[in-house]
Amino acid sequence: MLATETRTYRLGEFHKFEGGGRQFLYLVPAGAIFEVDEGVAAVIGALSAGEAQFDDLLATLSDRGYAFDDASELLREMLFSRAIVTGEPAPEPVESAPAKFPLQSLVMNLTNQCNLACTYCYEFGEDKVATPEGKPKFMDIETAKASVDFLLKESEGRKSIHITFFGGETLMNFPLLKEVVAYASDKAASQDRFIDFSLTTNATLLTPTIIQFLSDNSIGVTVSMDGPPELHDKLRVFANGRGSYDIIEPRVKALIQGHRTRPITARVTLTNGVTDVIRIYRHLKNELGFAEVGFAPVTTSPDRLYAINEKGMGGVLEQFKLLADEYLEHALRGELHGFSNVSETLGELYQGVNKSHPCGAALGLLGVGPSGDIAPCHRFVDSDTHSLGNISTGVDREKQKDFLDRGHIGAKYDCHSCFARPLCAGGCHHEAFVRYGDTGHANLHFCDWIREWTDTCLRIFGTISAQNPGFLEQFAHRKGLD
Amino acid sequence: MKHLRAINKKARRVDNYVASLAEDVVGLQNNQNPTPQQRPHVPMGCALAFSPGWEVDSAGGTAGLCQPVERDIYDCYVTCFWPSQVPDHLNNYPDWASKCAAATKDWRNLDLVFP
Repeated sequence: MLATETRTYRLGEFHKFEGGGRQFLYLVPAGAIFEVDEGVAAVIGALSAGEAQFDDLLATLSDRGYAFDDASELLREMLFSRAIVTGEPAPEPVESAPAKFPLQSLVMNLTNQCNLACTYCYEFGEDKVATPEGKPKFMDIETAKASVDFLLKESEGRKSIHITFFGGETLMNFPLLKEVVAYASDKAASQDRFIDFSLTTNATLLTPTIIQFLSDNSIGVTVSMDGPPELHDKLRVFANGRGSYDIIEPRVKALIQGHRTRPITARVTLTNGVTDVIRIYRHLKNELGFAEVGFAPVTTSPDRLYAINEKGMGGVLEQFKLLADEYLEHALRGELHGFSNVSETLGELYQGVNKSHPCGAALGLLGVGPSGDIAPCHRFVDSDTHSLGNISTGVDREKQKDFLDRGHIGAKYDCHSCFARPLCAGGCHHEAFVRYGDTGHANLHFCDWIREWTDTCLRIFGTISAQNPGFLEQFAHRKGLD
Repeated sequence: MKHLRAINKKARRVDNYVASLAEDVVGLQNNQNPTPQQRPHVPMGCALAFSPGWEVDSAGGTAGLCQPVERDIYDCYVTCFWPSQVPDHLNNYPDWASKCAAATKDWRNLDLVFP
């Protein structure tokens, strides 16, 4: 006997947005973005009030002049892409990462010493997690070589891998950096693999010789810098309280002038009183000549003097949006803009990432300290509480699993109804630990901010896809996400 | 897809998935009138009943079929309009199956008829 099934339809989980006069859906469980037509919008409108039967939806479309075949085709497309769903609402199961995840990047903290004494530093400041007492201050060559061997072994199957040099102040151990580059390049070449390098520095110790070396070896450089002197010198100071701007300015200019093989980027830490995003951007991009400038608010307990309060973050968001509009204008003309917070997000939207964890920490990325202790990332280096083993003995799989289980989006119930979760996944593990004492806690203090920023980037993505889609192709091979 | 245009990589994967469903091959597919989604061509007649009984099981006998072979006789007798090799219960042999309440058990009680 043949039976006719009556199905009830309701809306799937998506975030609707507009850009360039068109309508789009960001389908949250998949991370997929679709441009949709009037008919789809009409069905969404009809279902916004609640559930409906197939015939009701057909009637909605028929009223708009859709023929039966076209209307049922439209509903079928919406159903298969899960813009609409049938049956009882059930949470999407979240996949776990593979048990053995090959390493891609190793962050080597060549030293935990620094010649600056920036007030907000997460390694030395009031909220530090590091416990460096009694441990080596500088990494030695044996530990460094063992770390490189560790990376090559743990990244089996990957054609290209990456080392980031970090500190303390990375360049305080430049002799070791040089040796590691030579050793790792030889080793990788002998395995017919490709390795590349980058470093983060405060730029105080840059010399023409160092700049030449960095350029010759195509080493990516990120300079930690907070803007023009009156902003930069507020917290980026030497131990005697003197600002570091005057020391680094000529060195940064020489770096940008002399390093021709990789674009030089600046990384700005926003703090209370250092939130003039646009002015900072103009100075670093236009006056100093950085290729890209990225911003992040300081990681701190909320009661520190340099912590940015909610109002301050609101101001940051407004300025982010203005710069994002400028980014969009550039993109529509086919020009690059240096606001890397937008390009990073567009890159992830292009791929349609759907993260199980906020970042690669303890998955594709690990940090290693001067003592050889392994950490989930550079921010946890030298912390006994967060250690995941040692280079000499390998990764403690149980601790790694505990860290990853805590940080998994499936364990962050607050995130389960949020449309920004495919990109955010609860936010930085270290930020969470400093704020809530648990690396697996969702960073609830940023939720509204992140949602609004994600929506802004989605609208930019939609507008570019409508008006200059070719621009997005540059994101096809970014960050090894493909 | 026609009404949803994929604009990122993940959306293109969804799109390909939906397209692969449309290109799927279905039983009794009707290619003379292709639709975006293939639907089965449902013929009239007993071919749509797929009753076991005219078939054999994996051992070549009838013991392992999912329904008893005897049940099949009623498919022709009751539900099918097509004249077949069972007695005509409407006019000439109304009591042909009256002693057979459950075909599985009572099939031996079916009357023989001599037209």
